[in-house]
Amino acid sequence: MTDKVVLEIKDLRRLGLSPLSFSLSSGECLAVQGPSGAGKSLLLRAIADLDPNDGSVALNGISRNQRTGAQWRQQVAYLPAESGWWSELVQDHFEDWVSVRKKLPTILMPDDAGGWAIQRLSTGEKQRLALLRALEEKPKILLLDEPTAALDPETTAAVESIVSTFLENGGSAIWVSHDRAQAGRMAKRLLSLENGNMTESTI
Amino acid sequence: MSYIALTYWDLAFVSLLVLINAGISLYLQLGVAKKLLIAAVRTAIQLTLMGFVLKALFALTSPLWTALAAIFMILFAGREIMARQERRFKGWWSYGLGTISMTMASFIVTIVALTAIAPDPWYAPRFALPMLGIIIGNTMTGISLGLHNLLEGVTRERAAVEAQLCLGRTIWVATRPVIRKALHSAFMPIINSMSAAGLVLIPGMMTGQILAGADPIEAVKYQILVMFVIAGGTALGAVSAVFGGISRLTDARHRLRLDRLAEKS
Repeated sequence: MTDKVVLEIKDLRRLGLSPLSFSLSSGECLAVQGPSGAGKSLLLRAIADLDPNDGSVALNGISRNQRTGAQWRQQVAYLPAESGWWSELVQDHFEDWVSVRKKLPTILMPDDAGGWAIQRLSTGEKQRLALLRALEEKPKILLLDEPTAALDPETTAAVESIVSTFLENGGSAIWVSHDRAQAGRMAKRLLSLENGNMTESTI
Repeated sequence: MSYIALTYWDLAFVSLLVLINAGISLYLQLGVAKKLLIAAVRTAIQLTLMGFVLKALFALTSPLWTALAAIFMILFAGREIMARQERRFKGWWSYGLGTISMTMASFIVTIVALTAIAPDPWYAPRFALPMLGIIIGNTMTGISLGLHNLLEGVTRERAAVEAQLCLGRTIWVATRPVIRKALHSAFMPIINSMSAAGLVLIPGMMTGQILAGADPIEAVKYQILVMFVIAGGTALGAVSAVFGGISRLTDARHRLRLDRLAEKS
């Protein structure tokens, strides 16, 4: 792990949030906590540039305005709390199902899951598959919105282990979690959001 | 073959059928008797007025008055498209998008149709206005269906569209499933009526021409022309309305901008 800053956020503003500034180093995971309605999801959406917002956000020194929105999100992947699916079968949602299939044991799913209908997936299965789907694009940053909210302790550990591997390989993550113990396991720094204001602390 | 003029007594006689229908509704307490009678009276009044207007316009054969009548028809149909939407854009887009798409599509195909028929003068209202009317009516349906399914689709499938955006896909890739469904629904009515024409239904315009004494083969030729023109108008209108709608629902940063839709009415 190095201390090189990868994601630099200055004066990020959007409706419902006060201006926020912070940075993220390579290999680092930043936990975000706050009561519901504090703007945690809005913050992640603003970083991913999914909603209109102002302020400067740069990855490895290059401003996101020099990339199209699509190129930016390929590198800064947002994983919403509720995952979206646009086709019938699980495998239709992946670029390279043959490689993804080998990784199914890491999210504790059977390897015939590719032919399953999306309708039969539980919320937790969808969340875990959505994580694999996001990692397929090889992002530099993961923006995780309560990725283990619907999971039991066993599958939560599986997701934490996948993200830990991602961090060890030089990726960085912002992890919104309501679970203090989880924030402690995954992150060393904590952002607390309340009424759109931010306080930063170490865990 | 001869044309048999109807007397007003003939119409009064046939109106008994509507009255019987209203009687059944009253007896079964369906609650539609009043609506039915109002609709029947509206038909009679609206069509009578239209008859007088068309008669005056045909007598004038003036390009100015023909154009004014065409504009009036377009603006009214634009309002109808907007009225059929459950979800609407904020601001002038809610009226503008449907109306502009329809104006463009129906003028282009009406001119194509008039080129084929070649009346003299080309703007002769006896050809231009009924042709424009039948084209507007069908294009309007196509645009209404296309826009309705687009706006419902992006709202319902928001998570699915944004899931693809989050994977770094462009807005065009992410909205493709919704666009496809919207255009499919817009094209279905004309595809169905072209497929069923002559087997299941005898199209209304052809029926009218035959009753008025035209040779069935000549009436069929006109009907085929009208079907093709409607298909062209529907395609042009629905495609421009749906793609115009998508461009309004997205922005240059490849975001989905549902904030540009008004609250559901």
